[in-house]
Amino acid sequence: MEIKFGSIDEILELLPALPDKLRGIQETLIANLIMLSEIPSPTFEEEARVKLLLQRMLESELDNISTDEAGNGVGIIPGKDPSRNILLVAHADSVYSEKVDHAISVLAEEIVGPGIADNSLGMAVLATLPNILEMLGIQLNANLVLLSSTKGLGSGNLDGLRFFMDNNKIPFEAGICIEGEKLGRLSYTAEGMFRGHITCSIPEELDWQRVGQNSAIIALNEVINRILEIPIPKRPRTSIVLGAIRGGKSYNVMATHSSLRFEVRSEDAEMVQTIRERIEDIIAHASSPYNAEFKFDIVSSREPGGIDVSHPLVKSCRMVMEKLGVQPTIRPSMSEVSELIARGLPAVTLGITEASNLHDLNETIRIKPIYTGLAQLLAVLLAIDGGFCNEPE
Amino acid sequence: MNLNDWIKNNTMHHSQFWDLKKLVEEKEKQNLKISLCLPTLNEEKTIGKEIVMFKSELMDRYPLLDEIAVIDSGSTDATREISANFGAEVHLSSDILPQYGEKKGKGENLWKAVYQLNGDVIVYVDADIKNIHPRFVYGLVAPLIYRPEVHYVKAFYDRPLAFSQGIRPSGGGRVTEILTRPLFSLFFPELTGLVQPLSGEYAVRREVLEAIPFPIGYGVETSHLIDVYEKWGMEAIAQVDLDQRVHRNQETRDLGKMAFGILRAFLYRAEALGVIGTLPELSTELKQFQAHDEEFEQVTHTIVEEERPPMIELPEYREKFGIK
Repeated sequence: MEIKFGSIDEILELLPALPDKLRGIQETLIANLIMLSEIPSPTFEEEARVKLLLQRMLESELDNISTDEAGNGVGIIPGKDPSRNILLVAHADSVYSEKVDHAISVLAEEIVGPGIADNSLGMAVLATLPNILEMLGIQLNANLVLLSSTKGLGSGNLDGLRFFMDNNKIPFEAGICIEGEKLGRLSYTAEGMFRGHITCSIPEELDWQRVGQNSAIIALNEVINRILEIPIPKRPRTSIVLGAIRGGKSYNVMATHSSLRFEVRSEDAEMVQTIRERIEDIIAHASSPYNAEFKFDIVSSREPGGIDVSHPLVKSCRMVMEKLGVQPTIRPSMSEVSELIARGLPAVTLGITEASNLHDLNETIRIKPIYTGLAQLLAVLLAIDGGFCNEPE
Repeated sequence: MNLNDWIKNNTMHHSQFWDLKKLVEEKEKQNLKISLCLPTLNEEKTIGKEIVMFKSELMDRYPLLDEIAVIDSGSTDATREISANFGAEVHLSSDILPQYGEKKGKGENLWKAVYQLNGDVIVYVDADIKNIHPRFVYGLVAPLIYRPEVHYVKAFYDRPLAFSQGIRPSGGGRVTEILTRPLFSLFFPELTGLVQPLSGEYAVRREVLEAIPFPIGYGVETSHLIDVYEKWGMEAIAQVDLDQRVHRNQETRDLGKMAFGILRAFLYRAEALGVIGTLPELSTELKQFQAHDEEFEQVTHTIVEEERPPMIELPEYREKFGIK
């Protein structure tokens, strides 16, 4: 395929025929997807899945294939101009423990299995990209640095990617984060966020006088009521999500422990900080009436930020999607892209296909749209490589 | 050959054959053609994954397989559509050698594959495996490529998820342990060296497949082993540990039908070889019980263990493969 383009329009012209061409990679992609997905890869235990990715990179004869201290897997598809680099990231971890049956089913139109969309498909795209470029006869000008990052989800707090960005010496022009779902997803801004974990413990001795009042559930309930009283502005857009609550043992046993997991998001960093301080105050005042001991931990956090809607990278993504008939879904992100943006790297998250039953054991992706998703990714890569996504000097 | 020596020399583990590049080079040096046959009947849940995996890893990436074919017994689900979508050749068993009629059973598909497929080696893999992996094919093919004296390679599966002591029981499934192994122990003691004689995965050279008859039902594996043993000896048989295989579990009642078919095939073989005396006419009816409240009722299943002749006896086969 000719890869010297005078303008992005020349790339767009290639797009309608590209999904059909990409079907030629079907078996390779799906086999990679199955093999990666069937290796359990819970956050902090991604080693085996990353190892398989590296083996695939080795078979494709990539450069600089390695893991680092954080367990990230990296390989480079060399370009013609060694001074230029584009970063492609797909997180390697999933939310499922190794006890879950990771078997994948391949049906006529769909593939089903835990974590198949988030993010086995993203990782399989990384593993297959060298084959795709080879099949289409494309050699880019820039090096493509393929990174499968670890410790991304939950309390992993993007630590794998942070380690990589802190310690690698390669200057990147742009980054693309690849997620299995959903086709049309376009994230280029990050919300400010923190995830908190509040635990409540009360002394174990029996106090018949106070049965019914002195319980870790009642104490935590009081904290929740106070959190719900915190005023939440519509602008900047802000939200508090109470995600999970645990406590107690049985019908008639006084609860001595309880816990709450929650998330605070806002477009404004100050608002995130204000809410955090309010919650610290609430905790400080909640202890004495219940003789309870509260602990408040921040499990993970992100700074808000983003590139502008008029940035040429964002514009290029939208043009590519439009040409492919894909409706862009703009959403702020708290995943890998937020970390790249916070470091001043123009970056977007793109989704590959349509998915359903997300984060259930029967997570499902549709096969046919994958080729449109891949065409989109390739076109954006070509646009970055062609220099059409740089901000004017 | 002493049975212990046979077990030592002819029992392998798939990990011995991890180097697919080397395996393909050796295959090409010998100019061998290898065909994969997946016999199916309503396997839409698992067939797509098997084909994708084998095609990608063992055709596109490492060209070990020359042909992947589904031989279908008339599935009423999407088995054939999915198989074709993912790039397998799909044949309806009834369309192959139609002049010989259509019989129902897995053995029928295996027999017709000998005519339909072109490989010097045919690998048979059941289509209901949930944890499919390329080792299911390369593990079975490799002994045939590396050892010319081996003609028939059988899979077995032996990787318990957890076991605390050094010694653990090992062997086959329920039908193997309560029927086939006792029968082999009594009449063909050397065949007891096979850990799982009934496993549905095996790779065989064409000269063996074309020369042996095929019972069309449950007895096909048992009678193949007896025939290969009688004609070529234990040296021609090998077995490979493929670790774990996850598949549907069968009801005890269905195992009864299976045991009935195997027993009939076995007895006829033993009689023909003069291992036992002349048998009376054997019934084709298996009787099982079911209960309605306090009433017990017998259910009769007719299980006919018909047999297809050695393929080499068919003029159509001799013509297709240029055998004079």
